[in-house]
Amino acid sequence: MIDLHLLLIAMIIGAIIAVEVKDLLSSVVALGAVGLVLSIAFLVLKAPDVAITQLVVEILALIILIRATLRKDLPFSASGRWVLNTFIAVCFIGVILVVAYKCFKDLPEFGYPIMRVAETYLKEGLPKTGAANIIASVILDYRAFDTLGEATVLFTAVIGVLALVRRIGRKRADETISDKEEY
Amino acid sequence: MSLYLLCLSLFLIGLYCVLRKRNIIKIIVGIIICEYAVNLFFVLVAYKIGGRSPIHSPEQAIENMVDALPQAVVLTSIVIGLATTALLIGIAMRIYQKYGTFDITKIRELNG
Amino acid sequence: MSREHDKGMSVIVKTITRLTVGLIFLYGIHILSHGHVSPGGGFAGGIIVALSFVHLMLAYGKDVALEKLPRGVTSLFEGMGAIIFLSIALIGFTSGYFFINFLAKGEPFRLFSAGIIPLCNIAIGLKVGAGLFAIFVALVLLKFDTESKENKK
Repeated sequence: MIDLHLLLIAMIIGAIIAVEVKDLLSSVVALGAVGLVLSIAFLVLKAPDVAITQLVVEILALIILIRATLRKDLPFSASGRWVLNTFIAVCFIGVILVVAYKCFKDLPEFGYPIMRVAETYLKEGLPKTGAANIIASVILDYRAFDTLGEATVLFTAVIGVLALVRRIGRKRADETISDKEEY
Repeated sequence: MSLYLLCLSLFLIGLYCVLRKRNIIKIIVGIIICEYAVNLFFVLVAYKIGGRSPIHSPEQAIENMVDALPQAVVLTSIVIGLATTALLIGIAMRIYQKYGTFDITKIRELNG
Repeated sequence: MSREHDKGMSVIVKTITRLTVGLIFLYGIHILSHGHVSPGGGFAGGIIVALSFVHLMLAYGKDVALEKLPRGVTSLFEGMGAIIFLSIALIGFTSGYFFINFLAKGEPFRLFSAGIIPLCNIAIGLKVGAGLFAIFVALVLLKFDTESKENKK
């Protein structure tokens, strides 16, 4: 499993660069690199469906983020209580680290999952639903309620974005004529 | 175990970014890193030593597949993550349009 | 952003786009319709179809892409995907319960097999692709709006 360790370390380095670099556009591009390495990690972990979805989602998210940050690289204001804020953040993260380490001891060891539910799906998926791809049969037949809920969340998000960008609502008097064609 | 700890450290980097940074775009970057770490943790738990991907083949019978349930859950989670990220970016761009800055400490001073 | 920039990128980018955008669209349809026999499915296929229109918009400017797929049609597709998915679920009540696989299973490893799963994939693909393209168009138009306001000041 040395390859997975290398991929995870590459992701951590990319994440540190994305967090610490000053320029916003560089930060977003480093985030894109993290997402692409994550896609390769999914492929190594034998999840090709998730890898394809992660790849295309990453590209679309990167385009949207770059559109948002283009020509808006503001310098950071590093003033204020730097020491106190960092101390509080590091203490909080340390507490989470200790608790999570104790939780990880109760998990099954890496590579030996408890497949009590999935065994049924893997054994009876092909004869009962007729789909060769077990993941398709899980998300659209056995657990289609999940997908229905996902569609609802997506619909709500689209309505939220469209409501955020519309111009009709609260409009000042001088803008009423000029911006009529947009929303 | 070491892979779980590396995945946890990736999550903690994103958490540090959310807690400490003041730029709204940086906070969104931190949230996206947290989301990556959680998705990766689900797929890590599903992995089986020597397993094959859960897709049947017409030529041969494939035994010893990896766990399919967490992968199906992650598949929906990724798309929801993209939609919520777009919503966050829309809110951030509205804030920039109204206040002229991405800095969360200066938003209160410049209302108008 | 100047008026020439609104109309898209250089000639090289436009030519390459004209050659590749159809292939990207077809690849999205392939991923979407073979979701039950190979990796892929409605989510990935829908996003690839949306990415082909995003590609068109980035290369040629917003007018050409919105002429190919107007905003009203995008909303129509998204609502249609949701309604198809929900009605497939509701038709299941005629032979049992919610989301029952009421069609014939067919022969495995063929394109026309697995009952309602390919239909659900198409519905999900329509919904995801149209929704994400609507989000992208809304954010891009908001961006242009902000900049024109800055130029005015």
